Amino acid sequence: MKNLKENLIELIRRTSAELPRDVVNALREGVEKEESGTNARYALDVIQKNIVLAMEKSQPLCQDTGSILFYVKVPAGFDQLAFEEAAREAVAESTAQGYLRQNSVDSITGANTGNNLGPGSPAFHFEQRKNPEADVRLILKGGGCENMGVQYSLPDGRIQADRDLDGVRKCILDAVLQAQGKGCGPGILGVGVGGDRATGYAHSKEQLLRALDDRNPDPVLAQLEEEMVEKGNDLGIGPMGFGGKTTVLGVKIGVLNRLPASYFVSVSYMCWAFRRQGFVLSNGGDIARWLY
Amino acid sequence: MLLEAPFTEKKVRPLKVGNLVEISGIIFTGRDAVHKFLHEGGVPPVSLKDAIIYHCGPVVIQRNGRWTVVAAGPTTSIREEPYQAGIIEKFRIRGIIGKGGMGDKTLKACERFGCVYLHAIGGAAQVLAECVTEVRGVHLMEKFGSPEAIWEFSVRSFPAVVTMDSHGNSLHRDILQISQGKYQEIVSSHK
Repeated sequence: MKNLKENLIELIRRTSAELPRDVVNALREGVEKEESGTNARYALDVIQKNIVLAMEKSQPLCQDTGSILFYVKVPAGFDQLAFEEAAREAVAESTAQGYLRQNSVDSITGANTGNNLGPGSPAFHFEQRKNPEADVRLILKGGGCENMGVQYSLPDGRIQADRDLDGVRKCILDAVLQAQGKGCGPGILGVGVGGDRATGYAHSKEQLLRALDDRNPDPVLAQLEEEMVEKGNDLGIGPMGFGGKTTVLGVKIGVLNRLPASYFVSVSYMCWAFRRQGFVLSNGGDIARWLY
Repeated sequence: MLLEAPFTEKKVRPLKVGNLVEISGIIFTGRDAVHKFLHEGGVPPVSLKDAIIYHCGPVVIQRNGRWTVVAAGPTTSIREEPYQAGIIEKFRIRGIIGKGGMGDKTLKACERFGCVYLHAIGGAAQVLAECVTEVRGVHLMEKFGSPEAIWEFSVRSFPAVVTMDSHGNSLHRDILQISQGKYQEIVSSHK
């Protein structure tokens, strides 16, 4: 895997500067829904301009290049430690080149490591699979939207959410309501129903690996996802919280079993600057093809 | 509308919620660490009288010995809500650029002392970086690190929407009320 570091730098550069096709399409549809002359339309027009500019200049779409989250599916025998080492070097180099902001801060002393390396940064999620190729995906998730994530433990008296599908609905809509414009909407919600507190949140983030235009194979969840996009938009919060029709670009829901005592609904809010890219790595460590 | 330095009270008082403004002059970045520092009595390394503070942690790198702004969009302002009103009062800053809006305490300080909240488009780091014509200096870099430092930017035609004015109006308060009403409508229709 001799070219791995260079390939990972290219993955980081591309993720920071170029939005995936499905997100670009969803934002373009949003522009058409907002009336010209409104602040909502103005916000979406600036967003369009920004997408083009970032790609042309090969610079970060958003200055908050966020948490660096690697999701890697590997065949048996894949050297995960070598991958981690290459990824860390790629992250430090990408930071020096300005594709990533200096974003890793010691939680006790407040010192910035200056190269994005430190406990928990970057984060790796490995999963073994039968396929001989490795599937490498990267999400850069900004802090503004991450702060809008929320975990509900049902029943929840404040929003009168019980342990059923209607309760899940209330949680999702409440998360959109509470976020207002603070998470850089129009947003995308990854939702994990069930699990424990840690696996629930992890599962909600994994939903963000799905393309916005995919369809949930579970018909009940597929319907709920569509309904939540529609109802989320009915809230009228709009781009940046300026008011408008485009509040939610997508809702992606995954389900885990739960304990009889627990019923968690975990929501990860993603901003419109949904930086997600990935590639399939051949046996030799070259990029076989880009995903998304 | 144009908002050009010097940013005096007389210039910001006429601004109303919904106005689209283009800002030209010198602005200072300041976010979490700077606000906490000032709140705790820290002495600012620059004069904040009639200043505009930009809630922003930019990406700035050195190219050929010069600072170059690579990306510079706004960060979420509500985190500074505990500190902002006191800072407006103490230093008489006239504008806050950020995103997501701020709360009642800040809104009251804007009304009382003459300050406005200017909402930049979150995530639009390239469009906004293009408005930075010069990096005039950086302060508290050693102490707080690059994203949290005070960067002194010259900007030209930096676009923002007035979402909180100096007359007690807030678009954020209005949208919250409207969306809360919609939420109640939606959840009660399920029963």
